[in-house]
Amino acid sequence: MNKIDPKGIPHTTPRQSATFTQDINSDIRRAAATGIYDIRGGGAKRKVPSFDDLLFMGASISRYPLEGYREKCETSVTIGGLHAENPIELDIPITIAGMSFGALSGPAKEALGRGASAAGTSTTTGDGGMTPEERGHSNKLVYQYLPSRYGMNPDDLRKADAIEIVVGQGAKPGGGGMLLGQKISDRVAEMRNLPKGIDQRSACRHPDWTGPDDLEIKILELREITGWKVPIYVKVAGARPYYDTTLAIKAGADAVVLDGMQGGTAATQDVFIEHVGQPTLAIVRPAVQALQDLGMHRKVQLILSGGIRSGADVAKAMALGADAVAIGTAALIALGDNDPKWEAEYNALGTTAGAYDDWHEGQDPAGITTQDPDLMARFDPVEGGRRLRNYLKVMTLEAQTIARACGKNHLHNLEPEDLVALTMEAAAMAQVPLAGTNWYPGKPGTSY
Amino acid sequence: MQTIDLSETGLRATNKMLHAQADNTNQTAWEIVNPKGAHAIACGLNAPIEVTVKGSTGYYCGGMNQQATINIHGSAGPGTGENIMSGKIVIEGDASQYLGATGHGGMIVVKGNASSRCGISMKGVNIVVQGNIGHMSAFMGQSGNLVVCGDAGDALGDSCYEARFFVRGTVKSLGADCEKKEMREEHLTLLQGLLDEAGIDADPAEFTRYGSARTLYNFDVDNAGAY
Repeated sequence: MNKIDPKGIPHTTPRQSATFTQDINSDIRRAAATGIYDIRGGGAKRKVPSFDDLLFMGASISRYPLEGYREKCETSVTIGGLHAENPIELDIPITIAGMSFGALSGPAKEALGRGASAAGTSTTTGDGGMTPEERGHSNKLVYQYLPSRYGMNPDDLRKADAIEIVVGQGAKPGGGGMLLGQKISDRVAEMRNLPKGIDQRSACRHPDWTGPDDLEIKILELREITGWKVPIYVKVAGARPYYDTTLAIKAGADAVVLDGMQGGTAATQDVFIEHVGQPTLAIVRPAVQALQDLGMHRKVQLILSGGIRSGADVAKAMALGADAVAIGTAALIALGDNDPKWEAEYNALGTTAGAYDDWHEGQDPAGITTQDPDLMARFDPVEGGRRLRNYLKVMTLEAQTIARACGKNHLHNLEPEDLVALTMEAAAMAQVPLAGTNWYPGKPGTSY
Repeated sequence: MQTIDLSETGLRATNKMLHAQADNTNQTAWEIVNPKGAHAIACGLNAPIEVTVKGSTGYYCGGMNQQATINIHGSAGPGTGENIMSGKIVIEGDASQYLGATGHGGMIVVKGNASSRCGISMKGVNIVVQGNIGHMSAFMGQSGNLVVCGDAGDALGDSCYEARFFVRGTVKSLGADCEKKEMREEHLTLLQGLLDEAGIDADPAEFTRYGSARTLYNFDVDNAGAY
């Protein structure tokens, strides 16, 4: 409302700055009050070009569809057949990404194993070693080999169905980790061989190798220790996808896991999450190009992660050339993370359902990202597993629905030609035409 | 004594033979000749056997070792004995960088010198070096003991947790949050035991103990400059 001053001159409307927004101002006030940067969980919250900016065209006179409920649309994928004696065979191309015991409770890890196994896919350990709950309930378990090597031991390594050497993750390319003291229970402390209650820093670089030449030797060592039986994945953040994919393949990886900036973390500086890395949409094509340039597309598998939420996202990732996807945040939501039924408790923590991201503080009302026995008791791993299985099944059915509409009898047969982009940015990143045109920025042989 | 010529047998077949040894094997003595600096020799062993490598080794010899004793009659490449769980590795020559990285248990003995980042992120291993060690050794060391009969390079024990360091000579500089500590009777006893186990004749009283000052255990903005 415009106020009139005594001289009769109208005031201007109070105007919020587009630069100093309410969010930014609250960041400044928080920094000024505490003297420490904000640490949080989750992935980038900023709006970035994404799979939402792509559409499938579906069938037409020149492309005929498959009958929805009668004609098969396969979803299986084999990962790691290039070098490993026992590649991983998955019924669906949606895997569970690495999340640590420590960041997550034991029952939450169990639920991930239950759900993934029931849906015919794999789950992945994290920066805290392998727990018996997780191994016991996961038919296919990928063992992460991380810079911190917390809980790392050869007995667990030999129990794994695949090994994932983690070079980086999308939320923080080039960053290590931090598990704050309040989440260091006796069990977590023992597994990580550190005193209880201290802040545990996870290194950002591997302690015993640097660079692609060393990586090749590290892969050789891991293969020798595991008798060349299991696939070895290399996980990289979406930083320089063409070169990272090229170097991982040349080092001998069986699969490349590529994680965009929407991919979550248990605890990282907000500034890191929001300002380092590339959107998931932007990293697929350069990685696929690297695979194609080396003649390795479909031989070395590309597993894409970072903000995958639905069967549409799965189908789009596959159409752009990925062999499979991985989900983390979405799996936690399926388990019950950020559920509005805990709204009063989220409010008490100063947040709201959907926005809760202080996973590192261990006060998760849903009992998932915590080591607090009372909160953990709220979470039922059997029910959690059932919910995750349902969600994975729905995503698969959704992806199949789209693939059949595009006339494809396997999700892997989806291709860039099936897609158009809604924005110039998405067209350039996905290298598919802007809707209504036959052009995208950077298309070979074209110019403005 | 089983003798394997690595240049003829090849790495895969050699490691496969060693991995096939069970806890109760009666083939307990193995000799590997012509290693020629190959990588990943005798890694992932898990049996009470003794393997002697006649020559120098490349990266990760004895990596993730369990139970076995590995003697390297030469110098050892980067990451030797990485993530060792138990057993013993004895290097007659010098050791390259990252010796015993993240090692959880067992012992590594170096008769010569060890390079930079010796014992990086150590988690329980005992490392005894008769000569000197390089810079950034025991970075983020969590537990275990690093014994240096010679001198230590820059930034010893940077960001360490509960690992203990015993140095007989000089330390060029201490890393963040690493400090000189009192050498009590229990430490003299511990050190004597480690030296005896390593087969090294030295007087524990000549060593100085270093370890974590524990000021960086919980993040404090006033310590931000130290990180």
